[in-house]
Amino acid sequence: MKKILALVLALAMVFALAACGGKSADTASSSAPAADESGGVVKIGVFEPQTGDNGAGGKQEILGMQYANYVQPTVEIGGKTYEVKLEIVDNRTTAENGPSAAAELMNRDVSVVLGSYGSGVSMAGGAVFAEAGVPAIGVTCTNPQVTSDCDVYYRICFLDPFQGTVLANYAYNTLGVTSAYTLAMLGSDYDQGLVYYFTEAFKALGGTVKNEDFPEGSANFVSYINNAKAEGAGVIFAPVSTNYAQLIIEAASAQNFEGTLLGSDTWDNNMVVESAQGKAVTVDITTFYQEGGNAEFDSGIKEWINANADAKTNNGGNDMVSAVTAMGYDAYFTALEALKAAGSTEPSAVLAALPGVHYTGVSGEIAFDEIGDAKRDAAYIKTANTETGAWDFVTIQGVN
Amino acid sequence: MQGLLPYLINGVSVGGQYALIAIGYTLVYGILRLINFAHGDVFMVAGLIMVYSSATLPMYLAIPLVLLLTVALGFVIERAAYKPLRSAPRMSLMISAIGVSYLIQNLAFYFTGGLPQPVTNAIPWISENVTVFGESTKRVTLVTPVLTAVLVAALVYFINHTKIGMGMRAVSKDFETALLMGIKINSVISMTFVVGSFLAAVGAMLYFTNYPSVAITSGGMPGLKAFVAAVFGGIGSIPGAVVGAFLIGISEELIKGIGYSTFSDAFTFALLIVVLCVRPTGLFGEKVTDKV
Repeated sequence: MKKILALVLALAMVFALAACGGKSADTASSSAPAADESGGVVKIGVFEPQTGDNGAGGKQEILGMQYANYVQPTVEIGGKTYEVKLEIVDNRTTAENGPSAAAELMNRDVSVVLGSYGSGVSMAGGAVFAEAGVPAIGVTCTNPQVTSDCDVYYRICFLDPFQGTVLANYAYNTLGVTSAYTLAMLGSDYDQGLVYYFTEAFKALGGTVKNEDFPEGSANFVSYINNAKAEGAGVIFAPVSTNYAQLIIEAASAQNFEGTLLGSDTWDNNMVVESAQGKAVTVDITTFYQEGGNAEFDSGIKEWINANADAKTNNGGNDMVSAVTAMGYDAYFTALEALKAAGSTEPSAVLAALPGVHYTGVSGEIAFDEIGDAKRDAAYIKTANTETGAWDFVTIQGVN
Repeated sequence: MQGLLPYLINGVSVGGQYALIAIGYTLVYGILRLINFAHGDVFMVAGLIMVYSSATLPMYLAIPLVLLLTVALGFVIERAAYKPLRSAPRMSLMISAIGVSYLIQNLAFYFTGGLPQPVTNAIPWISENVTVFGESTKRVTLVTPVLTAVLVAALVYFINHTKIGMGMRAVSKDFETALLMGIKINSVISMTFVVGSFLAAVGAMLYFTNYPSVAITSGGMPGLKAFVAAVFGGIGSIPGAVVGAFLIGISEELIKGIGYSTFSDAFTFALLIVVLCVRPTGLFGEKVTDKV
């Protein structure tokens, strides 16, 4: 009898698993048709994290592309109208998983790749794209090496040296702070790169900086905040993943840190601003786009998100427009421009056409320099409104 | 380094959370001689249940629900994955534990979509800020060590003064003889998992009040460190696990305080190796006497 019970329990677990497997298979097959029937399909690869530390940000970036695809589902290439199909893979945030996800996209014969959120995984994927000769358009990966080390990588956002310098200028000149404390995750190219550029710029301005790192998987930031207080730091600069940003805000609030928490574009996420709601903290961040920058885009995407339950869940359960969503939207149209200019769906033709592409998106003018980076000279600074739980625009900051 | 106090307060609080998990490891080890690798994941699931239940239910229902479901999970794991292997070699049991650990993580991966779940409705009162000797902290940091002490005292009483507690002591001394003496082995072992899971659930509620984001890997690090604490204190010994957990918690925070934050985790695991080499039975461990 007891053996039977054990068997039943074991079976129950197996069925629980089978149920999970079945459901994901269904969703996969439902998105599959349409592709093969009509000959005129052009595939755009979406190389984004949907799980892991950057999963939330990656999903929001994809939302921008999906909305763009909904707005503009076709493209005219060489006189023929093609249906645009997004091929989405999950690179799971980490550089180890990047190459296999990138290879998966190559197997699906995409003409151009968009992504990724997160620089480390973009670099890992870049090697695969370069080998296959498929162009990639970085959406919000800000580390310089993404494009400098990879011939096929272009990008539409600003870079870390720029972002780090902007934040250092903002802290020193606007906030009037002379002592800063930085916090970065060990082994993260993105975090370490930004901290380096921030530190260089802040020291050049005449400030002092104390750098500290934390290991991956940390949850307890209380002692780091105490260290920052002990240093007498006026700002804590922590260009970390969304997940850690929430924990840092929590710890700063618990320890009653009176300075400003400075964040980078990764902090531009509803979950971050929600975790600051109702707490006595000041959170200022740099980002690519501020809601309200383009009223038509804002209202359109809000309507689309509200009409689509999955999209709303992926956006963190509300209809706030994240900057990465706007960037994903612009990236999609930049890719369409490149396809039009190429006059072909061949990756090599798209690659050849990319350097000459100009596009005016919701986040501003997009054009590439000789390395493949977007020419951008200003970043939006916004602050968390701890009463309403939304981002408020502060200023557009350049480099002095 | 600023005053010692904020680091010490935080260290004691972290230690208390490790202690509640470490007891689960040490109890199960004492009785089954099994290192229950799934314990850290039970802790994580308790956190997830808290996130979901507190979002829909009022707090006075959500908290008992978390305790109840976590206890049920611990019970089911034992019945489904360990009980059928009772007569199998101990290594099979351990491998089954590793399997359960990954099964839970991946099921949680499915349910959460792989995204860390923020704790939006923290338990009121203990999540408020208070000022102690001029240092600001959350009330939960002060509550944790007290609650841990109370629960440990209750547990010691339970083990020393109740019938099922006596059964647990007997089974941990000698499995076969206890069986021959008519002790209901299965209910004693289930009770061990129930108690361990209950403490893990309490630990999870305190932990995720302080660090309000539950990722599927959230159980990993606290689980491993609690395991180190259990070994450090002498695995199988409850006071050992508690003392070991507090020592590790305080050391970690002090190391971060003196500016070697990068090495705080390395210290914990180096300690594991040193203890195993120098004093394998830990601080309070029983002397190993091979029975003939």
